[in-house]
Amino acid sequence: MRDTAVKFEHISMAFPGVLANDDVSLEIQRGEVFALVGENGAGKSTLMNILYGINTPTDGRVFIQGREVERFDPKTAIGLGVGMVHQHFMLVPSFTVAQNIVMSREPRRARFLFDNAKAEALTQALVEEYGLVVDPSAPVEELGVGLQQRVEILKTLFRGAEILILDEPTAVLTPQETDELFAVIRRVVKERSMTVIIITHKLYEVMAISDRVGVMRKGRLVGVKNTSEVDEKQLASMMVGRPVLYDQLQKTGSPGEELIRVDDLVVRDNRGLKAVNGLSLSVRAGEILGIAAIEGNGQSELLEAITGMRAPESGRITVRGQDVTGRSPGDIRAVGLAHVPEDRLSTGVSRSASVSHNLLTGKHREGRFNAFGFHQRTSTIQRYAQEIYDRFDMRGAGIDATVGDLSGGNMQKVVIAREFSFDTPVLVIAQPTRGVDVGAIEFIHTRIIEKRNQGCAILLCSADLDEVFRLSDRIITIYEGRITGEFTSFSKEEIGFRMTGTRQGEGEST
Amino acid sequence: MDDILSSILSPGTFNQMLRSATPVALAALGGAMTEHAGIMNIGMDGMILMGAFFGVWGSYMFQSAGMGILMVLAMGVLVGLFFALFTVQFRSDEFIIGTALNTFALGLTSFLSRSIFGTAGTKGNPALPTIHIPLLDRVPFLGAVFNDNSLFIYLTWLLVLAAWVFVYRTPYGFWLRAAGEKPETLRTAGIQPEKMKWLASILCGILCGLAGAHLSLGQLQGTFAENMANSRGYIAFACVIFSAANPSKAYLAALMFGFFDAIGLRLQDYISSDLTNIIPYAITVIMMVYVVVRGQQRRRQGHRVKAT
Repeated sequence: MRDTAVKFEHISMAFPGVLANDDVSLEIQRGEVFALVGENGAGKSTLMNILYGINTPTDGRVFIQGREVERFDPKTAIGLGVGMVHQHFMLVPSFTVAQNIVMSREPRRARFLFDNAKAEALTQALVEEYGLVVDPSAPVEELGVGLQQRVEILKTLFRGAEILILDEPTAVLTPQETDELFAVIRRVVKERSMTVIIITHKLYEVMAISDRVGVMRKGRLVGVKNTSEVDEKQLASMMVGRPVLYDQLQKTGSPGEELIRVDDLVVRDNRGLKAVNGLSLSVRAGEILGIAAIEGNGQSELLEAITGMRAPESGRITVRGQDVTGRSPGDIRAVGLAHVPEDRLSTGVSRSASVSHNLLTGKHREGRFNAFGFHQRTSTIQRYAQEIYDRFDMRGAGIDATVGDLSGGNMQKVVIAREFSFDTPVLVIAQPTRGVDVGAIEFIHTRIIEKRNQGCAILLCSADLDEVFRLSDRIITIYEGRITGEFTSFSKEEIGFRMTGTRQGEGEST
Repeated sequence: MDDILSSILSPGTFNQMLRSATPVALAALGGAMTEHAGIMNIGMDGMILMGAFFGVWGSYMFQSAGMGILMVLAMGVLVGLFFALFTVQFRSDEFIIGTALNTFALGLTSFLSRSIFGTAGTKGNPALPTIHIPLLDRVPFLGAVFNDNSLFIYLTWLLVLAAWVFVYRTPYGFWLRAAGEKPETLRTAGIQPEKMKWLASILCGILCGLAGAHLSLGQLQGTFAENMANSRGYIAFACVIFSAANPSKAYLAALMFGFFDAIGLRLQDYISSDLTNIIPYAITVIMMVYVVVRGQQRRRQGHRVKAT
C-alpha cells in the first residue's frame, strides 16, 4: 500500500447561496495521477483551492502528507509541498522567467538586494534538472502560452512541490504541447514520485494521462474509479447525471452558394501590428468552416473585421454578395449575419440587464416590441423572451434574472439563443462553449449542427480543437495571420503542425 | 531680447528649477510607490498640504525644524494609513477618496492655521538648514546652481536613488510591482498583495509629507499659507504617469516642470505674472495630452481594447 498524499475528510464549503462542496471525502495516493472531472460549478476548483489554501472549508478536515492542515493559506500549503498551476497563469507579464519563478523566495545580496544573476542560475539549474527548456532571462510577456505554462510548473517545482495541481492545463495548448505536457507529467511522477492532480473537461485526456479519476457533480463527489475500468461515455454520464448523446450529430445536405467571402484581408491589432495578413476564405451555405489556430494568431481580429467590430486596413469582405468591408456591425447584421462573440462577458451580454432584455437586444426596434418607437410593450417582450428561454432550455433563474448572476453555461445559452433567433443565413461563432459544462456543450453543438442543416453558412472559431473537429466540414489553420493549411479530412497531428506555422512537407518526421 | 535670454539662462534660473522641482519630485516618488502598487492616487495634493502645515506647526510648537520634520513623518504615516484604510481595506473608489483627501486637507489645514496662527498665517518659524559645500562655490555657474540649497534638495537626490533601488533592485520592489500588475500572483506565492499596497500608501504619505515640509520649512523658511500645495500634487501625479512610475524618470519630469516654472518667474519682469504662472501647468497639460494621445493612437489601430 502506497502512502496517502492528500486526504479530504467530509469537506463542505458554503459560499453565500451555494454549497460548492458537499461532504466530500477523498484520498489521493502518493505517486499517482488523479483526474478530477465535472461540469462547470461542480466544485472541482473549489476543492482544489481548499487544498491550496485559497479557500477555508466551512466544515471537514484536510490532511497533506499525513499532517492535518490547521491554517488555510497558500503559504502553509506551499510549505506542505502543494503546488498549483492555475487556469489563468499566475505570472507577472513584465517580469522575466527567473523573476517569476523565485517570487517570494528571492535570492538576495547584501540582505536587501535582489540577486538577479543567482535567480537566473537557480532557474537554469531547475530547467536542466527537469528538462523543461525555457530561457530564464526572457520576459514572460514574450512567451507563448505553452512556455508560460512550463514556467508555472517550474515555479511550483522551485517551491518544492510534491503534490502538483493542474487546473485545466490543456485548455490553451496545441496537441503537440499537450503531448509534451503529458510527457512531463509522466516523468515527474515516475522519477520524483510526485503526485499530480489534474482538473479537466476533456475526457479523452483523463483516459490518456490519469491512473484514477474522481467525478464531481453539484458539489458532491459522485464516484472514484480506476481509469482503466471506465470509458469516456460512462464518465460523461456520471458528470451530467444522465446519459449523454455524444455522437448523434447527423449532418445532411450539401454546400450551396457562397455566403461569406474574404479577399486578401489585412487587419491590424491593438498594437498596430498586422494580425491578419493577406488572408482569403469563403464559406458556403450549409457548411461549417472551422478555424484552428493558437490564440493570438489573428483569428480574433479576422472575426472582428468580418462582423464590423474592427476596420480592416485593406482587402474585401463580402456577405451574401454585398460588399461590407469596413461597415458597422449594425449594417452587417442587417445584411443577414449574426455573431456569437468570443468574449461573452465584454461583448456578448449586458451583465446588469435581465435575461429577457438580453434576449431582446437587436430586436428592440421591431414594431411588435414597442409603441411609438419608444414605449416598451412589456408583456410582448416577456412572452417572446419566455418562448426563447424555453426553446433553448435555459433551466435556472428565469427570464427576469440578471444575466451577471447566471452560470457561464446559461450565460452562453443567452448569447446563442439571441443570435440564433435572428434566423440569419450567415453565422459567425467564436468560442461557442468556452467555460461551458458538458451538458450545455452537447446542447449548443446540436443547435449549431441544426443551423448548418438548415442551410446556414457558419464560420466557427474555437480554442477547443475537439470542438472544431467535431463540428466542421472544412478546417483552415491560421498562423500569424495567414492560412497555413486547409483540410477536409482531419488529422490531429497534421493540423497541430500547421497551427504552429510548420509548412507542408516539414515536421512530419518529428 | 538678449536681455530676456540671458536672464533665462542665468544660474538663478537653474537654481530656481531645482527649488521648484524638489517638492514635486518628492511627491512624485511617493506617487510612484502607489502607482506601482496599482492604486490611482490623486490625493497627493492633500498629502503635501498636510505635510506643509504640520511641519510648520511642529516647528512653531517646539521651536525646532527637526521636531517639525518628526511631526511630518508621523502625520505622513497617519495620512497613508487613512488612505489605505479606504482604498485597500474598504475598497472604496480611489478617485473619490483622493478627492476627499484633498478637500479634507485643505479644510483641516486652513481651519487649524486660522485657529492657531490667526488669519495672517505664520512665518519666520525655525526652518530647515541650507547646505554649504566648501569648494563648490569656486566653480562658476554650477556653484551658483548647486550650492547653498535647502537640505531637502540634496536629500531628494538620495531618495530618488533609494526609491529606484527599492523598486527595481530589491525583492520588496518586485512584490510591490507584482501587487499592482498581477496581485493574484503574489497571493498564490504566499504574500498578501494588500500588505504591499498598505506599505506603498504609507511611503507615499511620508514622501508627500516631506514634499510639503520642504515647501513650508525649506523653500519658504518656516511659512505656512493656505492652500500652499497649489496643485503640485496633481503635477506630481502627471510626472508619475509621464515616467511610468520610474523614480529617476519622475525626477526628470519634475525638473522639466521646475524649469518652466523658473522661466515663468524670470518672465515676470516682462509679462504679467498672471500669465507666467500658467506656463508650467500649461506645459504639463501639453505633456500629458501628448502621452495620452500617443497611447490612444496605438490602440486606435483596432478600435476596441481587448478585455484580457
